[in-house]
Amino acid sequence: MPSENLVEIRDLNFTYDVRPVLQGINMDIPRGKVVAIMGLSGCGKTTLLRLIGGQLKPSQGAAKVAGQTVHELDSDALYRMRRRMGMLFQFGALFTDISVFDNVAFQMREHTDLPESLIRDLVLLKLEAVGLRGAHDLMPAELSGGMARRVALARAIALDPMLIMYDEPFAGLDTISLGVIGNLIRHLNDALGATSIVVTHDIQESLKIVDYVYFMSEGRVIAQGTPAEIRAVDTGFVRQFVHGEIDGPMPFHYPGATYAADLALEAVHA
Amino acid sequence: MLERGLAAIRGTGHRVVNAIWRMGYASRFFFAVLTHSGMSFRRFYLTVKEIYFAGVLSLIIILVSGLFVGMVLGLQGYETLQKYGSESALGTLVALSLVRELGPVLAALLFASRAGSAITAEIGLMKATEQITAMEMMAVNPIARVVAPRFWGGVISMPLLAAMFSAMGVFGGYLVGVVMIGVDDGQFWSQMQSAVDFRRDVLNGVIKSGVFGVAVTAIALFEGYDAPPTAEGVSRATTRTVVTSSLAVLVLDFLLTAFMFRGI
Repeated sequence: MPSENLVEIRDLNFTYDVRPVLQGINMDIPRGKVVAIMGLSGCGKTTLLRLIGGQLKPSQGAAKVAGQTVHELDSDALYRMRRRMGMLFQFGALFTDISVFDNVAFQMREHTDLPESLIRDLVLLKLEAVGLRGAHDLMPAELSGGMARRVALARAIALDPMLIMYDEPFAGLDTISLGVIGNLIRHLNDALGATSIVVTHDIQESLKIVDYVYFMSEGRVIAQGTPAEIRAVDTGFVRQFVHGEIDGPMPFHYPGATYAADLALEAVHA
Repeated sequence: MLERGLAAIRGTGHRVVNAIWRMGYASRFFFAVLTHSGMSFRRFYLTVKEIYFAGVLSLIIILVSGLFVGMVLGLQGYETLQKYGSESALGTLVALSLVRELGPVLAALLFASRAGSAITAEIGLMKATEQITAMEMMAVNPIARVVAPRFWGGVISMPLLAAMFSAMGVFGGYLVGVVMIGVDDGQFWSQMQSAVDFRRDVLNGVIKSGVFGVAVTAIALFEGYDAPPTAEGVSRATTRTVVTSSLAVLVLDFLLTAFMFRGI
């Protein structure tokens, strides 16, 4: 009987050189759900995604995907697991020397022996799902930011993954593209029967589409709940983040000497 | 004073340790490229594509440079040889200079600045735009899929380019010496034919250019793969590729020449 959580993270710590990036993270990502991990830039969200994908090894604790501890897998087993994962990178990370079609076909050609005619049908199916079937002949340089993100999404779902990870899927998009990507994340997850993790700081767009939210700050989980619960929080950092308030627990000013000391005014007064 | 001295010693130590660490990393990288080379031959079209980018697209600069170097050799060689009344040896002088030294070395230097820098910039930018990471996340090994075909593309292209450089150079020497100045046609070719030995001269030249191909391509790939993923990082790595691989070619040339032609 498989666990109802596809991803389980227990007491996860990660230290970069001597700087702690993640401290004591515990998370459960249930099968079939879309879960958001939110927080300010630099709070360790992307690092967490890389730990789940096995690109980094934790200093302590573990991330389990489908019951397997990711950092204990050897490279063959890790690659086998990654074939069942899809990842959307912040700016798409499309291969710039090949066309949209070849980008989406890349994994199919690398990992399967499917005949080219079937690959063509599958690629067009994936591109149709993101609304870009007509753009299959274009090169990545000819796409707008939103289109590139959609092609990258088609590429991420090329092999029907069990887990799709999104690294800042909304960054730098116009409002229409935001809505399009948000809807696609939700619909593709449900249509493929997959599980999705969305790392983002775009609160409004993600609260519309996700089932559950984890809030992170300075490498720790500080709040969690359904979108309705998160909207109802009226205190502290979560409120400041949700409502985009300039000052609050997260100060506007970067810590430093006092302004007067920097301008040497104290010496004048003395 | 003491503080400054200690800082200087620490700095030197740090640089030395760093350099040794980097050499170790480069060796492991090179080893990984060799052990992941299977795909470059199983799916040979990947390597053919790189032969096109590194080799075929370098042809113009190689052929034009070869022609002019040969023409200059013809002019200078004739000037010197005619003082001793041995201008009939012009063919020998041009051919030996090109096949033994100038062909492999100059072609490798041109290859480093034309193809080596392009390889570094391409791999560096692929890394900076997360294409390499994306490939790893798609369970495709980037060393096998991206790096190894470029390595073999460079290694196969280099001796062919050097041979074409030498052939073009001999033709340039012929144009100046025979067509323009009027050295005897038959003597030019027959002296060349009797003086140039296939094993000692031609084969050694090919071996040299093969070694240069390995050195230049490996340096270019390592610099690209190791480049910090920023605009500045990629630009520095590209410069380092040209500088390091040019120096490596000249040092290796001295060593190989010492072994091949002096027998030490």
